[in-house]
Amino acid sequence: MSFPWAKPYEPTHPLMKWMDEKLPIPRLVYNATGPGYPVPRNLNYFWNFGVLAGAALMIQIITGIVLAMHYAANVGVAFNSVEHIMRDVNAGWFIRYAHMNGASMFFIVVYLHIFRGLYYGSYKAPREMVWLLGVVIFLLMMATAFMGYVLPWGQMSFWGAQVITGFFSAIPIVGEPVREWLLGGFVPDNATLNRFFSLHYLLPFVILGVIILHIWALHIPGSSNPTGIEVKDEQDTVPFHPYYTAKDGFGVGVFLLVFVGLTFFSPNMLGHADNYIPANSLSTPAHIVPEWYFLPFYAILKAFTFNFLWIDAKLWGVIAMFASIALLFFLPWLDSSPIKSSNYRPLYRIFFWILVADVLLLGWCGMQPAEQPWVILSQLGAIYYFAHFLVILPIVSRIERPLPMPNSITEAVLAKHAPDVKSVSATA
Amino acid sequence: MASESELNAGIEDGVRRRDFINIAAVSFAGVGSVAVVLPLLNQMSPSADVLALSSTEIDISAIQPGQAIKTSWRKQPVFVRNLVAKEIAEAKAVPLSDLRDPQTIDERTKPGKENWLITLGVCTHLGCVPLGAAEGENRGDFGGYFCPCHGSHYDTAARIRKGPAPTNLVVPPYEFTSDTVVTIG
Repeated sequence: MSFPWAKPYEPTHPLMKWMDEKLPIPRLVYNATGPGYPVPRNLNYFWNFGVLAGAALMIQIITGIVLAMHYAANVGVAFNSVEHIMRDVNAGWFIRYAHMNGASMFFIVVYLHIFRGLYYGSYKAPREMVWLLGVVIFLLMMATAFMGYVLPWGQMSFWGAQVITGFFSAIPIVGEPVREWLLGGFVPDNATLNRFFSLHYLLPFVILGVIILHIWALHIPGSSNPTGIEVKDEQDTVPFHPYYTAKDGFGVGVFLLVFVGLTFFSPNMLGHADNYIPANSLSTPAHIVPEWYFLPFYAILKAFTFNFLWIDAKLWGVIAMFASIALLFFLPWLDSSPIKSSNYRPLYRIFFWILVADVLLLGWCGMQPAEQPWVILSQLGAIYYFAHFLVILPIVSRIERPLPMPNSITEAVLAKHAPDVKSVSATA
Repeated sequence: MASESELNAGIEDGVRRRDFINIAAVSFAGVGSVAVVLPLLNQMSPSADVLALSSTEIDISAIQPGQAIKTSWRKQPVFVRNLVAKEIAEAKAVPLSDLRDPQTIDERTKPGKENWLITLGVCTHLGCVPLGAAEGENRGDFGGYFCPCHGSHYDTAARIRKGPAPTNLVVPPYEFTSDTVVTIG
């Protein structure tokens, strides 16, 4: 799975030798994240976000396990048990705020990780499976985050659960029974809250399992890099440890600074005040919006306000919203350009940044009420989103003329750091 | 020990006794697994206490013409509106071909009681509670109900007219038990 020049694991201490014969976990770690895993020498800071996502997941699992020691999943007491955590439990306020903002941080780093992949073509052969597993992780994260948001049983929890399970009622014929089956009733109630708690506790460990597959699939071809040129020989790589453990360690430090800054100084900035009102099944908040990380998809859902062909607006919205994510599974085959890095793709690079702007626009529209001009902007944004993947990308990857590329990673690195020829000759 | 001839009994048609035993055993295990999965899935359906929906009695004597109240049935909001003549006339004036979910107001009310419009207060789009039941709330472009979540407009007969909702507000099963009491459910 690794390059022939990877440093072999050779334990010297008798205990480590004994361990290596019985259960070679140290060998696994050494070959996966230690000196035994050669990595391209030119990774930039955008390659930190995988490790940061892993760190965010660990923070969520640890704070979540602790919160579950104090939380009670029953509609009669759930809201108060969260307030009890905030007011009475020792350091409870900190643990809950860390868990709340940890979810946002997890999505921030994952979105940067995804856009890194889009810019540098990380989804292309031979790493398609890495990308596909990544999309699975993203879907699992969305499900987990949604169910977690329901647990405090505030107004946004309740109405979020009502609207999101309502997606399923759009399915013809079986939709309504499926929704009742998911909820265990006709409206979100105790049965719903209990099962969401159960699944919210389970799914992070499923995510952890898929992350292991994601890393396993990554380590077969090895990491990509900013030039998109595959590793050719030993001088293109450095050992993961100490080079990238150090670089990732620095990244984790910056990540934690942002995270604690948010948690301590602005813990409710990314939340909604309505969720501090206990759930009321008879009154919808005036303006319901999902958490910020769902806003672009929510805008696509809201963009469909009219029946079209033989499908009604509601089903269109739900289909489009799920399709906008499902589309990512086909990305490795929609982009046929053999060039991975956008640094050498002058045309794709422009459309990449337009896509970024489009997703931000959709996010902004998702936050707004269902009125003009937001509806028309959501519609245009949604059309562009699908056009990017289904029309622009396949065409661009056929007609684009890539920029000249270096022959190897080493050549690219040396060209970047070579002394300026003119200044050298001037001093000579 | 089975003799060679016993093992090969019936082999002339290509199937040995052992093949039959293998297929039968694995099939039986498969049926068993499916049988075990069913209760594990079905446990998620609404439980007996949730299904044991009590019917709700509502006293409508205090609702003046033009007013509406919000009550609940099966934990879902219910709107009871006392329509004025103008609202009934407006609803009757709309040609059915203009409607996304064509229904006359007579189909949505009880005979002789067509001023009583009783519907679930659950938007048929994604389930928010529409505005318009309480005094001073936005009643939308068609004077009925307006769902602020995704902008669905309902008319005076609570029929969908504009926005993403696919169908009219649902009329629950109900009876007039007297002139002033309605039993829903």
